[in-house]
Amino acid sequence: MEYIDNILFFVALVIGFGLFFKSLKEIYRNIQLGKEIDRSDQKPKRWETMARVAMGQSKMTKRPIAGILHVIVYVGFVIINIELLEIIIDGIFGTHRFLAGIMGDSFYSAFTATLEILALLVVIAVVLFFIRRNFYGIKRFQMKELFGWPKNDANWILIIEFALMMAFFTMNGSDWVLQQRAVFSAHGSFPISASIFAPVLQNLSDNGLILMERGAWWFHFLGILFFMNYLYYSKHLHIVLAFPNTWYAKLDPKGKFDNLDSVTKEIKLMMDPNADPYAAQPEADPNAVPEKFGASDIFDLNQVQLLNAYSCTECGRCTAVCPANMTGKKLSPRKIMMDTRDRMEEVGRNINKNGKFVDDGKKLLDDHIQREEVWACTTCNACVEACPVLIDPLSIIIEMRRFLVMEQSAAPQELNQMMTNVENNAAPWQYNQADRLKWATDN
Amino acid sequence: MDFTIKTMAEYAAEGKAPEVLFFVGCMGSFDDRAKKVTKALCKILHKVGVEFAVLGQEESCNGDPAKRAGNEFIFQMMALTNIEIMNAYEVKKIVTACPHCFNIIKNEYPGLGGNYEVMHHTQFLRKLMEEGRLKIEGGSFKGKKITFHDPCYLGRGNGEYEAPRQLLEKLDSELVEMKRCKSNGLCCGAGGAQMFKEPEKGDKDINIERTEEALAMKPNIIATGCPFCNTMLTDGVKHFNNSEVDVRDIAELLAEAEDL
Ligand code: SF4
Ligand code: SF4
Repeated sequence: MEYIDNILFFVALVIGFGLFFKSLKEIYRNIQLGKEIDRSDQKPKRWETMARVAMGQSKMTKRPIAGILHVIVYVGFVIINIELLEIIIDGIFGTHRFLAGIMGDSFYSAFTATLEILALLVVIAVVLFFIRRNFYGIKRFQMKELFGWPKNDANWILIIEFALMMAFFTMNGSDWVLQQRAVFSAHGSFPISASIFAPVLQNLSDNGLILMERGAWWFHFLGILFFMNYLYYSKHLHIVLAFPNTWYAKLDPKGKFDNLDSVTKEIKLMMDPNADPYAAQPEADPNAVPEKFGASDIFDLNQVQLLNAYSCTECGRCTAVCPANMTGKKLSPRKIMMDTRDRMEEVGRNINKNGKFVDDGKKLLDDHIQREEVWACTTCNACVEACPVLIDPLSIIIEMRRFLVMEQSAAPQELNQMMTNVENNAAPWQYNQADRLKWATDN
Repeated sequence: MDFTIKTMAEYAAEGKAPEVLFFVGCMGSFDDRAKKVTKALCKILHKVGVEFAVLGQEESCNGDPAKRAGNEFIFQMMALTNIEIMNAYEVKKIVTACPHCFNIIKNEYPGLGGNYEVMHHTQFLRKLMEEGRLKIEGGSFKGKKITFHDPCYLGRGNGEYEAPRQLLEKLDSELVEMKRCKSNGLCCGAGGAQMFKEPEKGDKDINIERTEEALAMKPNIIATGCPFCNTMLTDGVKHFNNSEVDVRDIAELLAEAEDL
């Protein structure tokens, strides 16, 4: 019976991590649904970008208040997770404050004191975030696309973080009082718990305190496992995916769009005066899937675009700077990313159920993203510039335009006119190419 | 103009090559407002003694509006046509007064076999200035307030924020920045082929939003470096019935400073 705690702990640990890896596998599988894209060039630059943007949060601090609060929560999160290591070791082996023995008492005191101060900063940041998000009237947090789950999700995370920190303080506070009473041997220093939480806990009996300490310890531990598994359903997946996402970000100038190779081949053939139009076509591959231009569903997007969708934090910085959105058009780059993820999850559930994807009669375009949104974009790259995790919503919009124009001939009428002009007159207007130099001689 | 504009074909016929090809673009060739910018730039280059040529009738649309609208076929047709001609003339250096031409030739033509050193006119003029070939004395702009609108395809698209500002600073005028400038600049509303269609339904046109912001700085001049921005902001200023504020391309301002 003596080991029951350790066994329960171990089982919880295995289940928690097991489920987490299962989610990660599913995410990986869903991303693989996209087309391959080679982004393995310039490795040093990619590592540097990741270090700067994901770890260094260089883009977050562009908005100083949110940036600093975010850095606090982030640093707090990382460092407090070091404590998880101690919890795991204590839990499996039934030790208490295992790290104290390794670090030595004075270093351990400094360590625990640092954690306490960070935890307090996290609490403050989380409370401010909660107020800011819910009561401050910031436009990008009040938009339609956030109604329902996205909004609750954001709040849940703040509540979970708050609860975890409270458990942390309760645990340390009880521990400290017990240490004072010499029930536990003295390890560590707890400036916050001792001064703020201990006075309340003082009134409890030794047994009550031990119960408190154990309760909070378990809550803290199970809470972290829960949080880990909650990520899969949350915009907070970015705490994991921001790293690969920034690594795979586009390094070319933002204004550069890719050229479709399949088109190049055709055009070169068309323009080649030596090509024999009656020449026998090369043997067609009966299994070849006909090349589809652009994207109407997630399968047509590339894997980085799908990774982008999972990494989106739904912060709306992109939408806040989008000229189309700010002038009242339907387009919201954040929504483009959320729609892409929604569709990916829809497809993922379909695969889970059927073993493989079975056509559900739906598409990303039209069923999630409306044409009106796609056509409102000025390709200004403001959204790309603004994104704190280097997401490129514009690339998805362009792929959809390509699909609409090249597969469906469904551009707005005026654009069709423009394109006809370009094709026939080599200018977007109906001018004669022979008049191109007229400006040089007219007055 | 009191000098003749030479084409690449004419240079080739003489067995010579100019220092740089001026890729004029559709706006610069056909749009009445943009033609003035084209001429202003030619005057400056002529005055400085830069040997330049244009493609003239051999020039085609760069393909940007088609590509941004999603039509990769027409884009590549245009691009390959231009590349074939420019490669035949062994073009090395290109200058353009349009960020859309600049961006697409610089970034998207190389993948199709067109490799050139491409410069936006503000970059080229700055280079001439640094080399001491172009001297700017902008006395006539003393006391004037100028605000610069960053074109998306020059700024965010290609990271060039300084060249236009360095030129404007030489004009002895007061350069004031809008709140949304440089990497935070706000689009004029014309990019991505929007120029050629009515905007989607909304509560405002983008160029009105941008012009409002520019006018709030109480400038004498709104400076631009893109024919699309120029049109959009000119329309915006008209919308507010403001006849005091001029929308001018940087090349025009420099030409005026030089009394050209
Ligand atoms: S590129 Fe398109 S979606 Fe992104 S900010 Fe500009 S207009 Fe909006
Ligand atoms: S795409 Fe980037 S900027 Fe936009 S909501 Fe997602 S994380 Fe935020």
